[in-house]
Amino acid sequence: MTQISVRNVWKEYGEQVVLEQINLEIAPRSFVALVGPSGCGKTTFLRMLLSQETPTKGEILIDGIPISPEPGPDRGVVFQRYSVFPHLTVLGNVLLGAELKGGGVLGRLFGTARRQAKEEAVKLLDAVGLSHALEKYPAQLSGGMQQRLALAQALIAKPKVLLLDEPFGALDPGIRGDVHKLMRQLWHEHPMSVVMVTHDLSEAFHLATRVIAFDRRRNLPEERLRYGASITNDIEVWPRRVAGNPDFGKEPTLPRRDDPAQADGHPDRDDPADAA
Amino acid sequence: MRLINRRPDRTSWMLLAALPFLLVLIAYALGSAVRLAENPSDKLLPGLTSFVDAIDRMAFTPDKRTGDILLWLDTATSLARLVAGIAIAAAGGLLVGLAAGLLPYVRATLAPFVTVASMVPPLAVLPILFIVVGLGEASKITLIVVGVLPCLIRDLMLKIDDLPRQQLIKAQTLGANSWTLAIRVVLPQILPRLIDSIRLNLGPAWLFLISAEAIASEAGLGYRIFLVRRYLAMDVILPYVAWITLLCFLMDLGLRVLQRRAFPWFEDARASA
Repeated sequence: MTQISVRNVWKEYGEQVVLEQINLEIAPRSFVALVGPSGCGKTTFLRMLLSQETPTKGEILIDGIPISPEPGPDRGVVFQRYSVFPHLTVLGNVLLGAELKGGGVLGRLFGTARRQAKEEAVKLLDAVGLSHALEKYPAQLSGGMQQRLALAQALIAKPKVLLLDEPFGALDPGIRGDVHKLMRQLWHEHPMSVVMVTHDLSEAFHLATRVIAFDRRRNLPEERLRYGASITNDIEVWPRRVAGNPDFGKEPTLPRRDDPAQADGHPDRDDPADAA
Repeated sequence: MRLINRRPDRTSWMLLAALPFLLVLIAYALGSAVRLAENPSDKLLPGLTSFVDAIDRMAFTPDKRTGDILLWLDTATSLARLVAGIAIAAAGGLLVGLAAGLLPYVRATLAPFVTVASMVPPLAVLPILFIVVGLGEASKITLIVVGVLPCLIRDLMLKIDDLPRQQLIKAQTLGANSWTLAIRVVLPQILPRLIDSIRLNLGPAWLFLISAEAIASEAGLGYRIFLVRRYLAMDVILPYVAWITLLCFLMDLGLRVLQRRAFPWFEDARASA
């Protein structure tokens, strides 16, 4: 299980404070969405989780151990663009993770090992609905297919944490719905936590177990340089979603938060405490 | 319709493309006819028969003194030098460009030096090469390498910079180390771009080759045209120039075909980037 702890993290670029005093505990198997206006440092925060950037102050731990100062296979990533390798086929893109991990100096697998890796890759590609396009190159795929490929590619490395940087932002609304369904299914099936940056609030509430909003508490022109953004809202999504249990919270007896109150004896979260 | 929206159809396109070539040929034929009418033994703009004679002499008849067929001897000699020079420059450029493009320590060490080295006019170094490595094959090949290598290195470094950062990060999250990242992610994407670089450097490479051959050589296309210049032998020089142009064109075409065959993904990827 993967607990992410962020302890008093600050990020400054020279004089400019971007993020200040970020404290966060992310429970194992969470799906956290980071939202906020552009320029509020949510992507910077994701990059620090990825070790693409280092905090100026503070530390980030996974299961109590400070994260490595460079990106590694414990943390997978899908970017909005350029996540897949244009010179490899769909199958090659997914195989790459297995080959880099077990392929030694050449970074390639042969014989039985390759066959096993290939089976695993095909299974993943099947799960994301790309098994019909194994030999195609990414440039021949649509944007939605490329992002599904990027997900399969990240998952073969079995990351503890999957980081998503506006992964569905460039997709058409219809395709985005399909990819959302896929994303939720993958989160249920793979033992990982997910941290996703998005500017789309409905996407955040649609997918996540917890939505965290970044914003500047002080935003006057003269304050902007020395005061960075911090966490302004930390919302648990209701009804609760539980990883590995897609049907949790969908029981008809449990009213949704915005449903009219029902007199069936099930108190909702926002109901006044029962005096009796 | 605006001029920018008017397009020739296929036939007119080909006619238009052929037009400049035809104009040059007609201008030559006219000039030649005028001069030959005045002086039948004019050497500056020889007529068709002189060309046929010269081509027959150079390309199909063994030389009286040596028994070699001169055009083929010259072609083989020049191409060997050119290919050796370009191959060495390409291998070196790939190695250094890859190392400097990926490893900040190597870049810090080499990038400024390569930038300065690429500013040295290669032909100005030619006398030094003749003194240091002698007048043989080595000096000509070295000149090509000296002229082409720094450009290739700089170009490849820039092209590695152009690869999206996300790819390098992504490869690391898939478990790549510096070496496997270089050979599995960067090298395969740089090879087709190396072919582009070589194509652009074919012209300079020929320039260096012909210059070196003109100054000190015993065979080669450049040697021959500078040799027969002494006799104003335009009937030999012009076919040689056309032949060199054709060789250059074919090498360019060959590289383009190689790029398309060996890297089928490249064209689409470039178009969608």
